[in-house]
Amino acid sequence: MTNKIRLGTAWLGGCSGCHMSFLDLDERLLELAAAADLVYSPIADLKEFPEGVDVALVEGAVANIDHVELAKKIRERSKIVVSFGDCAVTGNVTILRNRFGVDDLLTMVYREGPGKAPLGHEADGIIPYLLPKVLPLHQVISVDAYVPGCPPSADRIWAAVTALLRGEKVSLEEELITFG
Amino acid sequence: MSVITLTINEQLVSAQSEQTLLEAIREQGVEIPTLCHLEGLSDKGGCRLCMVEAVGTNRLMPACVTKVQEGMNVRTESERLVEYRKMIIELLLSERNHICAVCVMNGHCELQSLAANLGVNHVRYEYVVPDLPMDASHERFVQDQNRCILCVRCVRVCHEVEGAHNWDVMGRGVNSMVIADLYQPWGSSRSCTGCGKCVQVCPTGALSKKGSTVAEMVKHHDFLGWIMNGREKNIWEYR
Repeated sequence: MTNKIRLGTAWLGGCSGCHMSFLDLDERLLELAAAADLVYSPIADLKEFPEGVDVALVEGAVANIDHVELAKKIRERSKIVVSFGDCAVTGNVTILRNRFGVDDLLTMVYREGPGKAPLGHEADGIIPYLLPKVLPLHQVISVDAYVPGCPPSADRIWAAVTALLRGEKVSLEEELITFG
Repeated sequence: MSVITLTINEQLVSAQSEQTLLEAIREQGVEIPTLCHLEGLSDKGGCRLCMVEAVGTNRLMPACVTKVQEGMNVRTESERLVEYRKMIIELLLSERNHICAVCVMNGHCELQSLAANLGVNHVRYEYVVPDLPMDASHERFVQDQNRCILCVRCVRVCHEVEGAHNWDVMGRGVNSMVIADLYQPWGSSRSCTGCGKCVQVCPTGALSKKGSTVAEMVKHHDFLGWIMNGREKNIWEYR
C-alpha cells in the first residue's frame, strides 16, 4: 500500500485545452508522478471513474446527460473536486449555446448540413442527449476549489496541485484567478 | 474653500469641504474599487463598488457621490463590504456574456482584473446568457452589447467632453441598452464625430476598435486628464 495521492482528471464539455495545459507542467509531471497515481484521465486508458479518489480535476462545463452522471460519480467517489478551467468554472464558450434552444441548435449545426443529425434531446442509446442549458460544474455538484483560466496556465495548475498534494486548501493569488 | 476633518479607517484626516469621499479616501492612499467612476467624468454612483460604511448609520454610502462632512467616520473595508463588492462583480458577470477567453479586452479589462482583485474565482448566480447583438456598422469601431456593464462612461464622455451626445440608454433594468442616437446602427448615427473617446474610456470589451481580435484591445484614458486640465486650469500639457 503506497501513500500516494489518488488523482483523477475528467473531461466534460470543453475543448481539452485544460488537459493540454496540464501536460505543459513538463518536468513537473515527474514530480507529480512521484507523489500521485493517475487513476482516471482522458490521457490514460481507464474506462470507469474509480472509488476512493483523493483529488479530481474536472475540465469542461456540464452540457449533456453523460456529463451529469460522470460529475455525480466523481463527487461521490472523490474527497476533493476541483473546477478545472473556465468551462467548468463559468461555462465559458460552452455556455454560449444557452441562448438557443436545443432543437434550434441541432438544426443550425447538423440538420441544415450534410449527413445524419443526432437526436439530441432524446436518448438514442449512443449519443447522450443535450441538457436544455449548459451549466458550470458547481451548479450541478458541490465543488471544493476553483482554478479559472482558459486554459489555466501550467503555473496556475501547479500552484493548485501542489497545495492539494500538501493537503492544503487551494488559495490562489490574485494573478492566478483571472478568468480568460 | 474650507478644510474639514473626518476619520477614514480610524485615521483622522483633513479634506477640502467640496471633495467627495472617494477623493478624500484615495488622497490618503487607501485603495477602494470603482468601475463607473473615471477621473475627468461626472460621477453617477452606478456600480456601487465604492460603497463605504459610516459610523452612526447602517446605510452604506457610495463614496464617489457623497461629499465629505465634518466629523464623518467611515470604514472602507469590512467583511460586509467585501461580500457586497464580490456580489456586485458576480452579478455583473452573470448578467451578460462576459466570456473573457474570447473577448477583445482579455488581459486588459477592468471588470476582469477587479474580479480577480476581489477574489471572485467563480460566480454563485445563474448565468442569464441573454441573446444580445453586436453593432459593427461604424467605420472604425464596434459595439458589443454582450460585454456592456452599463457604467455609462461612454454616455458621459460623449456628452460632457466631446459634446456630441451620440450615446444614450434605452430601456429599464436588466433590459437597459446603450444606444446610438435614437436606436439606430452606430455607423448611421449623425451625432457621432468618430472621435473614439467612448472606446478609450470603456472598461470592458463593449466598445473596441474594429479589427481587434482576442486580447488585442488596449485602452488609454490619459487624454481625459489633458483635456480637463486644459479646459479647467488652462494648463495644456501633453505627456
